Amino acid sequence: MSLRTALLLWLLVLLLFAASLLVPAGDLVSLFHQDRGLAFALLRELRLPRALLALAYGAMLGASGAAIQALFANPLASPDLTGTTSGAALGAVLTAYIFGFSAPLALSIGAMGGALGALLLLLFLAGPAAETATLLLAGLAISALAGALTTLALALAPSPFAFYDAYEWLMGSLIDRSLSQALFAALPALAAILLLLRLRPALDSLTLGEEVAMSFGHDIRRLRLLVVCLTAAGVGACVAICGAIGFVGLVAPIFGRRLTGGHPGRALLPAALIGGALLLASDLVVRLAPLGRTLPIGVVTALLGAPFFLWLVVHMRWRMRR
Amino acid sequence: MTPMLDARGLRIRDRLDPTDLGIEAPQFLCLVGPNGSGKTSLLHALAGIGDAEGEVRIDGRDPRLAAGDERKRLLSYLPASRDIAWPVSGRSLVALGLPSGAGDAEVERVLAELDADALAERRVDRLSTGERSRLLIARALAPRPRLLLLDEPAANLDPQWQLRLMEHLRRVSGSQAVVAAMHDLDLAARYADRMLILDGGRIVADDAPAELVEGSDVRSVFGIERRGGTWELL
Repeated sequence: MSLRTALLLWLLVLLLFAASLLVPAGDLVSLFHQDRGLAFALLRELRLPRALLALAYGAMLGASGAAIQALFANPLASPDLTGTTSGAALGAVLTAYIFGFSAPLALSIGAMGGALGALLLLLFLAGPAAETATLLLAGLAISALAGALTTLALALAPSPFAFYDAYEWLMGSLIDRSLSQALFAALPALAAILLLLRLRPALDSLTLGEEVAMSFGHDIRRLRLLVVCLTAAGVGACVAICGAIGFVGLVAPIFGRRLTGGHPGRALLPAALIGGALLLASDLVVRLAPLGRTLPIGVVTALLGAPFFLWLVVHMRWRMRR
Repeated sequence: MTPMLDARGLRIRDRLDPTDLGIEAPQFLCLVGPNGSGKTSLLHALAGIGDAEGEVRIDGRDPRLAAGDERKRLLSYLPASRDIAWPVSGRSLVALGLPSGAGDAEVERVLAELDADALAERRVDRLSTGERSRLLIARALAPRPRLLLLDEPAANLDPQWQLRLMEHLRRVSGSQAVVAAMHDLDLAARYADRMLILDGGRIVADDAPAELVEGSDVRSVFGIERRGGTWELL
């Protein structure tokens, strides 16, 4: 990636973050003229957490998607693939029935517990030295299981309110989260991203296959474990606060690799930036869409992401036929 | 004098019986043997891939204790698979093999050596298997390691390139130790200084190629013999 592209990418993220704080500007300006303190409170208490969450969650999805795709040597892999997102969602829904959706600590612990549970089940099923195909299959099975259990939990909701809360949360939302809630997601995400970035050379060497990566001295088992654990912790923390948001983890790394000449490890940082930008932009769509009520952001990313995914599948089939 | 390669008690469960291998000075050593005889396993054990037991010293140093650039300068491994996971360019594929400080000139040198300049800017997923093989061989040769471990280097190459590659390996074996697993006995015999025959996870013969190819080990291990210049089934 050239310096110019990198600067442009950072600038794009910065602009979208600023837009996320300031749009819609009308309310903010009129409030600023009436009561300056209230205007700053609005910025700090409502818009900053929302922008921070969009940036952190998007970046986490982008970076973990890039790392998982590099690990599995598969451009269709995503954080959901290891079963950790669905495990986190299940853990959070179950915790929410006891503590409600406004207890960030309990939810985070519940979601990370769910993610960790899914991870341990994955390691139990696939073994610590699993072949990629085994790991993929096990991850798929765990995703399906966690999805089914989440649906069961919804069906057995203790009250209609609990059902509605859980349902809305599952669609993903960045709205009405406090600054401390936002930090509960953003700080683990930032730590996980920074640690994932350290794995870039090992992930790049996987371009030549696992055997060559090992001959370079990379411990592939440790790498696999690190990527899965960091993804579980970072994504788990974000899922706990915002619910499950799909497709960003799939799409961002694909664009990231376009900027790094196809190198999967080097694509981690661009993918994180693109993921952050995508979620910030999706949140702006949520705010500005003239529908009279707020769209769930998970629906927006899915509506934008699904056609892209289909295009990708068709494109790959077409390339293979040629 | 410290031997170039000193490997003792190399063993991989169910695949390679305890094996010793020494290389005193730079040479071209060829591993031959039937499918499943342990050629790749021996290369893996030497490259520190997987769960091999035993000790390896290259110029007296343990490659397992070396990491990053230092390890790239000690050994290089070319797997039998010519698959490349991501659609990088030929140039950046070769650069993956080089130590981090190496500049573009170094990449150009390696590409030129294997006449692969024309492949430098092309995406590897749009190349033929033979073209990809040449780039992967260039990647393995790039850091000029002390020990070059090649699994079927001549596979997928056209007849001209098979000979050009063997000539090249012969040349570099003047300063580096080259260990190549091969199936073409004639090609191996013509270019290698030394040949090992493996069977059932063990080294069953270790001698000059000319001696081995005409000897009884090839007959007993492969079940073939040379009659009138061609190999025939027994």
